[in-house]
Amino acid sequence: MIQISSLSFSYAPQSTLRFPDVEVKKGENILLLGESGSGKTTLLHLMGGLLRQYSGSVKVDETELSMLSESSLDKFRGQKIGFIFQKNHLINALSVEKNLAMASYLAGLPVSTERIEHVLESLGLAEKRKSKVTELSQGQAQRVAIARAVLNKPSIIFADEPTSALDDKNCNKVIDLLLNVASQNQSTLIVATHDQRLRDKISNQLKLQ
Amino acid sequence: MNLFSLVWNYLKARPLNTAINIVLLSLGIAVITILLLFNTQLEKKITENARGIDLVVGAKGSPLQLILCNIFHMDFPTGNIKLAEAEKISRNRLVKKAIPLALGDSYQTYRIIGTSSAYADLYKAELAQGEWWSRVFDVTIGANVAELSGLKIGDKFASAHGLVSGGHDHDDHQYVVVGVIKKNNTVLDNLILCNVESVWQMHEEGEHEEQHHEIDSSFVPSRLVPSVAANDSTKEITSMLIQYRSPMGAIQLPRFVNSQSSLQAASPAFETARLFSILGVGVDILMAFAYVLIIISGLSIFIALYNSLKERRYDMAIMRSMGATRSKLFISILLEGGALTLFGSIIGLLMGHGVLVLLSVMVDETQKAGISGFVFYPQEWVILGGSLMLGLLCSIIPAVQAYRVDISKILSGN
Repeated sequence: MIQISSLSFSYAPQSTLRFPDVEVKKGENILLLGESGSGKTTLLHLMGGLLRQYSGSVKVDETELSMLSESSLDKFRGQKIGFIFQKNHLINALSVEKNLAMASYLAGLPVSTERIEHVLESLGLAEKRKSKVTELSQGQAQRVAIARAVLNKPSIIFADEPTSALDDKNCNKVIDLLLNVASQNQSTLIVATHDQRLRDKISNQLKLQ
Repeated sequence: MNLFSLVWNYLKARPLNTAINIVLLSLGIAVITILLLFNTQLEKKITENARGIDLVVGAKGSPLQLILCNIFHMDFPTGNIKLAEAEKISRNRLVKKAIPLALGDSYQTYRIIGTSSAYADLYKAELAQGEWWSRVFDVTIGANVAELSGLKIGDKFASAHGLVSGGHDHDDHQYVVVGVIKKNNTVLDNLILCNVESVWQMHEEGEHEEQHHEIDSSFVPSRLVPSVAANDSTKEITSMLIQYRSPMGAIQLPRFVNSQSSLQAASPAFETARLFSILGVGVDILMAFAYVLIIISGLSIFIALYNSLKERRYDMAIMRSMGATRSKLFISILLEGGALTLFGSIIGLLMGHGVLVLLSVMVDETQKAGISGFVFYPQEWVILGGSLMLGLLCSIIPAVQAYRVDISKILSGN
């Protein structure tokens, strides 16, 4: 599903981040561990096609990301990849339902009301479909963000520090939920975190220095 | 879900901001629309009413007053002139047509004009009902007069002396309505037409002399009023409208007329141009005010978009991560600016028309002048297009920023 070889990335000419070679197979989940500044987020963004100017090779689903044009990379990302960020970043101007519909529309896929209802239901948000995003609790907002990430049945879900702001109880709930929806949608889950509590949850781990 | 719905939701999410931008722009557009409609209709009206009249000859006074009174029937007469003197001018070889006007009375503020049939021909008037005036005290009335005063064919009425209501009534004689003129959007709509003799007899209360029935071998009928002699020294009229036979008239006739001590000649073209240049200052100030409003609204739209973009950086980045292309975001910002100005200008155009409709309902003068809010001009498309351009112009910088959003940097937090 993902192959990385001799990958490096420079934010500035003096500081270059080098990454170990990795291969993630379909349906495999992986935990990216490392302290702040170790390049977890950068690696996640490289694999997710949010950063382009890298040297080396990043292949996702047999596609070398640097070979794609900017707009085909956008489309690729929209259809194959789901993102969950530490902050939920929902679009406040839109209702819950429209936030989800946006994900399909922007990925160039048909908007399916049934799919939206199904995903919301599976995350216990069925009655929040018409709600404003600003009326949600933080936990609900995070579940909406997860719903949005899995809506298009992406091959890969990237989660960047999904649990670091949560207490133990909620941390467990969220990571279980993530693993659960990932397996339901046959997606590969890749979690970047410095949260040690997740070490027991995903056995496949990559530690960045 | 599409870009329109996204833009619509963004506008809805900031109702106050959206409203102020739309209101600002629509006020500017409304002022421009009102000026456009008012000015265009007024100018059209004025040229229509002055068409075919090259010169107005009347008593000495303000030339503008002479024009306003005798062509537009708005101001008061400058005084009377001797028929015999007018006759002399009408016999000049440069005069093609000379039409006498005798003013002085009115009925419910509608002026009664003693004139010849050439006056109605000048405006290509047609009858709606009845016939043209022919006998003394016969009148043919304009469409607005018939509609607003309720006069019908066969009705008799006494005229009031003076051109405003409240003058003393001439009760000795009564006018009889014999015809109604079809509405033709000229001054005729608001006039009551009769022959010159009617106006004279109305004022010669008591004395009935029919001089020309005496056999007089030297009787030469007047060109202006055929029932009296050309050299009659007592009869007076208010003014005379003249059409030139050739462009030479424009050079020689005014000089010829003005050289006669008691007469003055005024050119409608020149005087109306002068009138517009006087009014033009006011119009220019209003116009400048409208442009200032529009520029402010443009700035306000720019600032609103620019600020909201700061708040929306995450939205933008998230949308990119979900597959939105750069150009989609670019277009969505342009759409937002365009939508604001589109709403603003449509509301402004409607407001402009609405104000004129209200004005014509509430102010009689507007209705009499024939200014309507239900007229649409192609320039309104220019206004609409122009404000759309303004919207795009104001949103181009924010849109470029949206285009350049660095998704990775924003999403990695900090």
